[in-house]
Amino acid sequence: MRRYLAVTAALMLLCLTPVHADEAVPLTDDPVTEERVHKLGEELRCLVCQNQNIADSHADLAMDLKKELREQVSAGRSDREILDFMVERYGDFVLYRPPFKAITVLLWVGPFALLLITVFALARRLRHRAVLAARANTLNADDQARARALLADEENKV
Amino acid sequence: MNRFLWPLGIFIVLAGFLFAGLYLNPREVPSPLIGKPAPAFTVAQLGEQGKMFSPTDMKGKVWLLNVWASWCVACRQEHPLLVELGKSGVVPVVGLQYKDEPEAGLAWLREHGNPYVLSAQDRDGRVGIDFGVYGVPETFVIDRNGIIRHKHIGPLTPERLRDEVLPRVRELEAS
Repeated sequence: MRRYLAVTAALMLLCLTPVHADEAVPLTDDPVTEERVHKLGEELRCLVCQNQNIADSHADLAMDLKKELREQVSAGRSDREILDFMVERYGDFVLYRPPFKAITVLLWVGPFALLLITVFALARRLRHRAVLAARANTLNADDQARARALLADEENKV
Repeated sequence: MNRFLWPLGIFIVLAGFLFAGLYLNPREVPSPLIGKPAPAFTVAQLGEQGKMFSPTDMKGKVWLLNVWASWCVACRQEHPLLVELGKSGVVPVVGLQYKDEPEAGLAWLREHGNPYVLSAQDRDGRVGIDFGVYGVPETFVIDRNGIIRHKHIGPLTPERLRDEVLPRVRELEAS
């Protein structure tokens, strides 16, 4: 029985393998080209599955764009030229690192501005608390006299 | 008092942003091609042996380029609308059959109706890449000089056609 199960499992595994066949994208022979294609693919957003880059995505469009990248890299175009090609067609949104422009200022500067404001507010608050604490620790003349009297009292008792 | 006002203020601002975000569609990415000439291409026409199509063939006319495919489910949704538009003859609609087999496309048009003056075949998706197509169906409004004036991503609805696409077409035809 057990042997049958093992054989069945093996057969099922064999059946499963062809499913992955189309992940093996036609590669160029040149590892340097592949490396560049992969690097560029990581910079580009797949617009079909927006939170994935083209290098990772298996969407049809991402496959086509990878093919396009491969051809352009093989044709000797520079990274800049290839990224410009994509931006001309799909807009800045296709770049995972959008350029610094008037409309992307908030995107780039926003987090740092927020951090600065928070640090400033925190510093002010801490300073304010330090002042309050210092004030709470200082006793006026009357309190000091009372404290001294109380302490003296304690000592006398012992 | 200040202690509670600050977090409340921040909460309201944040909630405002998030609420506005609910109504934004991340799939609608503004096309950088608007205001630019339609990319040039020459491809075979669907079902017309030996005939080719190039956007320059439409020079002097305001026209729509509708990207469709027989495998595209959302295309079925907008198709009746296009068929109606095709019949009305308000504006010529050219189809771009995107990454599809000719036979499948012809069968699909027989079944659902053919609103297109012609369909250009983009079998390997090259033309689609040049037009920045990423979500079929897509519809482009192209003016007399071959400049792209408007792009609609996803299936057209009667409202979007009436309020956005057709006014654009009329405006371009009047100019």
